[in-house]
Amino acid sequence: MSALVKLADVSKRYAGAQALHSTNLSIERGKTTLLIGPSGCGKSTLLRLMIGLIAPDSGTIAFNDLTITPTNIDSLRRRIGYVIQEGGLFPHLTARANVLLMARYLGKSQEEMQSRLMELCELTRFSDTLLSRYPVELSGGQRQRVSLMRALMLSPELLLLDEPLGALDPLVRASLQKDLKEIFARLQQTVLFVTHDLGEAIYFGDEIVLMNEGRIVQKGSASDLREKPAEPFVSEFINAQRGVVLT
Amino acid sequence: MLVGRDRRARRALPLCWLALLFVMFLAAVISASANPIIIGSKKFTESYVLGEIAKRTLNDAVIPAEHRQGMGGTIILWQALQGGQIDAYPEYTGTIAQEILKTNRQLSLNEIGDALARFGVGMTKPLGFNNTYALVMRRSEAQRLGLRTISDLRKHPELKIGLTHEFLDRQDGWRPLRERYGLPQRNVIGIDHALGYAALANGSIDVKDAYSTDAKIAENDLVTLEDDLGFFPKYEAVFLFRLSMRPDAIAALRRLEGTLDEKRMIRLNLEAERTKNYTRAANLYFEDGAKSTDTMGESFPQKLARWTLRHLQLAGFSLLLSVLFGIPLGILASRGGPIGQSILGFASVVQTIPSLALLALLVPLPFFGISVRTAITALFLYGLLPIVRNTASGLQDIPRSLRESAIALGLSPIIRLWQIYLPMASRSILSGIKTSAVINIGTATLAALIGAGGLGEPILSGLNLNDHVTILEGAIPAALLALLVQWLFDLLDRVLIPKGLRI
Ligand SMILES: Nc1ncnc2c1ncn2[C@@H]1O[C@H](COP(=O)(O)OP(=O)(O)O)[C@@H](O)[C@H]1O
Ligand SMILES: [Mg+2]
Repeated sequence: MSALVKLADVSKRYAGAQALHSTNLSIERGKTTLLIGPSGCGKSTLLRLMIGLIAPDSGTIAFNDLTITPTNIDSLRRRIGYVIQEGGLFPHLTARANVLLMARYLGKSQEEMQSRLMELCELTRFSDTLLSRYPVELSGGQRQRVSLMRALMLSPELLLLDEPLGALDPLVRASLQKDLKEIFARLQQTVLFVTHDLGEAIYFGDEIVLMNEGRIVQKGSASDLREKPAEPFVSEFINAQRGVVLT
Repeated sequence: MLVGRDRRARRALPLCWLALLFVMFLAAVISASANPIIIGSKKFTESYVLGEIAKRTLNDAVIPAEHRQGMGGTIILWQALQGGQIDAYPEYTGTIAQEILKTNRQLSLNEIGDALARFGVGMTKPLGFNNTYALVMRRSEAQRLGLRTISDLRKHPELKIGLTHEFLDRQDGWRPLRERYGLPQRNVIGIDHALGYAALANGSIDVKDAYSTDAKIAENDLVTLEDDLGFFPKYEAVFLFRLSMRPDAIAALRRLEGTLDEKRMIRLNLEAERTKNYTRAANLYFEDGAKSTDTMGESFPQKLARWTLRHLQLAGFSLLLSVLFGIPLGILASRGGPIGQSILGFASVVQTIPSLALLALLVPLPFFGISVRTAITALFLYGLLPIVRNTASGLQDIPRSLRESAIALGLSPIIRLWQIYLPMASRSILSGIKTSAVINIGTATLAALIGAGGLGEPILSGLNLNDHVTILEGAIPAALLALLVQWLFDLLDRVLIPKGLRI
């Protein structure tokens, strides 16, 4: 199976520090790849590079073997869904308008949009009676479901999730984790999921990518990381979160 | 016998009717064949009125006459007269000398009459008024300074003079006049004729040029300064007529000689300009009984409506410009960088210039001067900063995560701006526009200073006359207007700010 996204020698430096050292990474089709690491290690940077919010200082990023350039980025973005921790919903638009924004822009038919919307409500377990509400009128969990619907609206090939559950309380979070896992399986969705929580990573991850200080430290299954740590940091990271994993 | 006569009489009756009809028919044919006298007139109010007066004078003398109004300028009427298309028209002695006889010499009436006779044209004696250039002032100011003649102006070099561009440029205009009288005033500006009256009324100028029979002289309570050195050429009104015209028509026209003085002509002109009904103005001449002058002024509600309307035009149009320019500039400024900095810097600097100074700075510039556009430009510049600043800050306050979400969706930059960023910044932008509108309503009162009118007009003349009631006539409506505008914008907030941002 070929990689959907391929990063080759990609690096990114901010004025202050090297956010990402020269990095190679492939995201496999149909899998949920978990990106994990301590805060500030460069996880968001990696995602932002993939969706073209920032340009790499060096290296290339290929999507479906097509190198991302400023000219093709907008059409590629429509094949990628992006969800961030705060949801990123536009406060002046209703849930429905947020979800349909891009489809409307692309001139999709009303029937097509409506049936897709119902499909997504069912998929994300979002009550369609809430569609006319504005983001401020929704709970954190509901907002993330809307955000997910928006990301899935155009049936993207890749879903980028940047700590999507990070701001939710544990109960809501647990139910969303379960729903998300079902959704990914049902859609056979290629997902790159960022979290700093090892438990979440293990729950979702076909493949876990552990990062530290702008570098990928190890890539493998949860047991690989536990049993064959590439460097002491891996064990350190796992041990630090052990309590969480066990509960 | 009786019966017989009776029968004859009965037979004669239809014959009588027939004879009567025949006579009437003849009379009609004769009167129709008697061509009416054609009176011409030039293309301005006074000439129209004089033409109407001539027509009615002839009609009163049972001479059929028609008036062909506003045929054109001197040359056209002179040629029509010579060609016989018209029989008579009103003219001015100065114009006859300069444009028809083509001499710069001041000719006596006899000299003119002799010269015209060679063209087969006759001239009445002067009608009684001299429509020449004159310098006019506010009556109150002239009385306060004790000014009566142009020579008196020498004692007051501080007076501000506003002249029409034509008068400034004319060979027999301002420059020779200044030399002749040795006038010391340095503060001389060019003003549009109509605006000049407004400028005079509100005291931004003290002296202006006018035609001595201009209706505005009475309307604005102005006085004419006597041309004590006889500088201005005489432009005495007369009628020119074809010498071949019916003698009774000539006699009728001559009855107008010496019957129309300046005051009377001003009144007729005023009536004509106010009603646009020249026949009615001409009829005033025949009515003789002078109307009281207070009907010349508008009623207070009329004035208030005029001031308010103009005020709203000034503030509204300048606000529109501020919005049209302010929002795009604000969008540019929100991007920061040297361009953004300089835009905000410029708008801030403009705001720090006192409004009076800004007006004063604009007036001497070529395109501006004393005009409505200067007022609107100044108000526009004032209104710019709140809109630019609020647009920029409203856009900058959008969280980065939301900006990036819009980009990540793949929306084009224009759609992002239009559907996401601007609506999200709408509250801030609208509050900038509201600030701007309220400032403009207040500042627009200063527009009266440069003759642009509005509610500043009564405030200014009230200040000039030290009349508090007049000041309040402008100040109270201006304040109410500002409140109203504020309230309207609060309503507008509810319509224009997306609901999701108001919950
Ligand atoms: N716009 C930026 N300007 C400067 N430094 C940044 C910027 N964005 C991220 N960084 C820095 O880059 C590093 C990686 O950040 P990020 O990818 O957001 O980490 P995380 O793994 O927590 O998502 C951090 O040290 C962060 O401070
Ligand atoms: Mg992050």
